[in-house]
Amino acid sequence: MNTQHIVSSFNDDLNRMESLLLEMGGLVEQQLLEATHALRKEDRVRAKKVLKGDKRINKLEAELNEEAIKILALRQPVAADLRNVVMTLKMASHLERIGDYTKNMARRTNTITKAEAFTGSIGTLVRMSELVQSMIKSALDAYNRRDTEAAQDIRSADEGVDQMHNTLFRELLTYMMEDVRNISGCMHLLFIAKNIERMGDHVADIAQEIIFLVTGEWPEGKRPKGDETSKIIIEPDDIKNEQA
Amino acid sequence: MDIDTQTATTIRRPIMSAKNVDVFYGNKQAIDGVNLDIPENQITAFIGPSGCGKSTFLRCFNRMNDTISVCKVTGEISFAGQDIYDSKIDVVALRARIGMVFQKANPFPKSIFDNVAYGPRIHDLAENKDHLEYIVVTSLKRAGLFDEVSDRLHESGTGLSGGQQQRLCIARAIAVDPQIILMDEPCSALDPIATAVVENLMEQMREKYTIVIVTHSMAQAARISQKTAFFHLGKLVEFGATEKIFTNPEDPRTQNYISGKIG
Repeated sequence: MNTQHIVSSFNDDLNRMESLLLEMGGLVEQQLLEATHALRKEDRVRAKKVLKGDKRINKLEAELNEEAIKILALRQPVAADLRNVVMTLKMASHLERIGDYTKNMARRTNTITKAEAFTGSIGTLVRMSELVQSMIKSALDAYNRRDTEAAQDIRSADEGVDQMHNTLFRELLTYMMEDVRNISGCMHLLFIAKNIERMGDHVADIAQEIIFLVTGEWPEGKRPKGDETSKIIIEPDDIKNEQA
Repeated sequence: MDIDTQTATTIRRPIMSAKNVDVFYGNKQAIDGVNLDIPENQITAFIGPSGCGKSTFLRCFNRMNDTISVCKVTGEISFAGQDIYDSKIDVVALRARIGMVFQKANPFPKSIFDNVAYGPRIHDLAENKDHLEYIVVTSLKRAGLFDEVSDRLHESGTGLSGGQQQRLCIARAIAVDPQIILMDEPCSALDPIATAVVENLMEQMREKYTIVIVTHSMAQAARISQKTAFFHLGKLVEFGATEKIFTNPEDPRTQNYISGKIG
């Protein structure tokens, strides 16, 4: 925002709230990076580090909530300021959820690594996570710059995450049907994939909230969605045919 | 003003309508080409920085500016389809139809009863003594004051608290059965509780009257009005639904003013 409030402490309050969101977002991004490393390298030490790191995100969210409520009560913001406070509150809760999914991802990584369970399809999972990481980074930049075009791109990018999730769903189902010993590992991997897919949805929601924050209008039309997993059925014959 | 804003200021059935209104104090232009429709049975708030012309514009609505010799109003202001600046208009009768409440409560140094009875008496509205009493009691009730003063109607109006005095002035305006009540910062001298009482009263009065209020309090405009007009340097910058003005105003000048920013 170029224009400044006449009461400069109002600017300070808003800046503090926005900095908390950016700090939270940076941490979430870092946590997901660590969790993905842990998954790729089957590194339990890193996974445990992620589990501990989530507390800091929750603490930041609580601080942000407090700051936002204080602004609402004491400054009675209107128009763009009001949208800023309410949307930032919503974004913080999305980031907190992404943090939770990351924690769950680390917990499952720890379990399958410890049990030396089946770990196929890791490459696709890592690519999916990297796409979500880049979406989070872009979302934080778009928030900071009030960039609606970038936000629109993020909404579209989520379709790519959904498509990778579809692919993984099929792959993991196939592994499970091929050998029952794969089921335990595959189930955990499938949940990790679902976690990352949900993270993508949350980032897409953040992007939508950035657009509302800036323009006062919700983006028109539904964003492209590609999650088809609720419709996928694989029959044993399909696998036989594939193998033949 | 662009075409979009002009469309937005047009209301289907306005009770008052201003077209290309300019106001001059001598050589100084205080209002510049304002077009605005006042919707019936709603509260319309005028907001804007000091000196933006909002009070001047409000005072055009019942020709209060006539009392200032150097003040010249051009353009057209119509009330119920009639040009109020027409030479045939009876200004005293007009001011009975369009009443006014000022920033500082200004009861006459008379009894509470006589303050309210003053208008009906000079306009000869009461058929007899009982009817006059009926008008006074009804007006005090509509102004939410009757229960507080019913046992001392013949005591002086100036002995009431600030909030009660302001409601007495509202009762006095109501007593001549107006259609529109203009309020020029009616709560700026009142404490928050007395303000809340007056605001609650305005909300109830909306059923029977149309209210136009000038206020310096953004929060008050947001709380009580259905339509808000933002004036700046004598021009109407933006006029629209209050909800829209306070959540997503079109004009950056409105945005800056309502959120307390340096434009």
